[in-house]
Amino acid sequence: MEPTVLIGSVTLFVMSIFLGFELITKVPATLHTPLMSGANAISGISIVGALLGANVAYEGGDTAVSGILAFVAVVLAMINVVGGFAVTNRMLNMIAGKKRGGQ
Amino acid sequence: MIDDQWVGLGYLLSATLFIFGLKRLSHPRTAPRGNQLGAMGMLVAVLTTVLQMQLGDGIEGWILIGSGLLLGGLIGWIMAVRVEMTGMPEMVALFNGFGGAASALVALSESWKYIEDDTLEIPTGLELEVMVVAAGLSALVGWMTLTGSLLAMLKLKGGVEILGKWIRTPTWGPSWLNPVKGLLFLSTLVLIYMSIQEPTETDYLFAIIGISCLLGILLVLPIGGADMPVVVSLLNSLSGIAAAFTGFIISNSVLIVAGSLVGASGLILTFIMCKAMNRELIDVLFKAFGGSDKEQVTRTKVGSDADEVAMMVDGAQKVIIVPGYGMAVSQCQHQVKEFADLVSEKFDTEVKYAIHPVAGRMPGHMNVLLAEANVPYDQLIEMDEINPEMPEADIALIIGANDTCNPVARTKEGPLAGMPIIDADMARTVVIIKRSLSVGYAGVDNDLFYMDKTMMLFGDGKKMMNELNAAVKEL
Repeated sequence: MEPTVLIGSVTLFVMSIFLGFELITKVPATLHTPLMSGANAISGISIVGALLGANVAYEGGDTAVSGILAFVAVVLAMINVVGGFAVTNRMLNMIAGKKRGGQ
Repeated sequence: MIDDQWVGLGYLLSATLFIFGLKRLSHPRTAPRGNQLGAMGMLVAVLTTVLQMQLGDGIEGWILIGSGLLLGGLIGWIMAVRVEMTGMPEMVALFNGFGGAASALVALSESWKYIEDDTLEIPTGLELEVMVVAAGLSALVGWMTLTGSLLAMLKLKGGVEILGKWIRTPTWGPSWLNPVKGLLFLSTLVLIYMSIQEPTETDYLFAIIGISCLLGILLVLPIGGADMPVVVSLLNSLSGIAAAFTGFIISNSVLIVAGSLVGASGLILTFIMCKAMNRELIDVLFKAFGGSDKEQVTRTKVGSDADEVAMMVDGAQKVIIVPGYGMAVSQCQHQVKEFADLVSEKFDTEVKYAIHPVAGRMPGHMNVLLAEANVPYDQLIEMDEINPEMPEADIALIIGANDTCNPVARTKEGPLAGMPIIDADMARTVVIIKRSLSVGYAGVDNDLFYMDKTMMLFGDGKKMMNELNAAVKEL
């Protein structure tokens, strides 16, 4: 690995952390749970790594264990992603729906 | 080469969608759209990954990938659709644990490849160091998130049923536990360092996993119910960080960006919640709170009955309902809504709800529950806005809330000192539905109960609301 590649990744990491800090400043209490739940669904992004792992691994007997591990990771990440976005959607619909009804 | 760039652009698009998604999720009007943008970002990421695999050596693991996607998607969907609104906090904690576990498993899978396949050449130099350190940190944070979230879920539930016996989730954390946690944390770092020398040593791997799991449990074990929202939010932040570390292992930009975004914004959300409770994050995590040394309640108060309260309500022009954790426990939000409808129709009373930022077990818990009962959104008023209205209220109806309206918080003493509260004691009459005079989570007696203008309705929230509704109908 070239050191420049690593520096690039670290730069991305640090900048994204700063962006994350700036992104959310004031959140009404109503949205605390949906925001947490939505962000949680996004953290299921490790599904990308899981998919890549599950693909390379299942070639033959040699990489069977890592293949299975990646498979379990795909399942768990997918539960996190689909479940997370769906639950958030349900919560938000309820809140937003009531808002319209109340006005 | 041109194809690789498409993959990079796909991940860039996905990361951009996440950024806009998170931003919009923090405003009420744009939140549903924000969530959709996030989901779209995830779809783009998955499609790009499939493209990346096609462009690479082709997709050889169709069966694993396809069935994994289908199975996980199905389970997640069913859980999300079937969960009741009141079980939402537990579900978020559980999903969060799965996310952390997924990141840690990817890290483990990457390390395991080199252990089981002799033909794979173990990288050297910087590449090896980056891989081992990232895999170690991802394992540390990921497994910690899993066990911590599972325990948090059990704590939110209050307990677990084993062989028909209800076992309460324990809360335990003597102060000597903190150095132990520090020691365990350091030993993980040492193990990671040792793994650089021997990357295929499975003993190190298992030791890291074991210690991380233990750390997650020890982190959450001392924390009591009322602080749970803060901890779940922190765990959410951690699961993002785990994903970012996993991104370093496989040099994937979208994992690094999305992971650290969630990590940072989750931390900010954690601080926002801490602020609402007037607590420092450090205190929440490392100082046992309430728990053992609860004040003994020595005073008594004569309870009122529903008819008496109903008569007070008749003639009231303004009623402010203050819901708390007790409303969530007894699941009486529908009865509360029925009460509000009854009095506003029958007596033309104005009804509003005072929402304390940390009422319940999850931020926004009360909003979600009341929304489920079809309470109009504009009747839910946040603490800072409702407090000036309190003196005009004829009745403050407190349902299962205690610490969030304890006047002692205005003084400089005790565990509640300085916590912002709902000024329920300013209302002309205070009606409190509560099972007993017992202290709340903070372990402090509440003067509000003993004031002359306070009427106590002792009993379960749902039962008392039903009695109250019946009494109002009879008038």
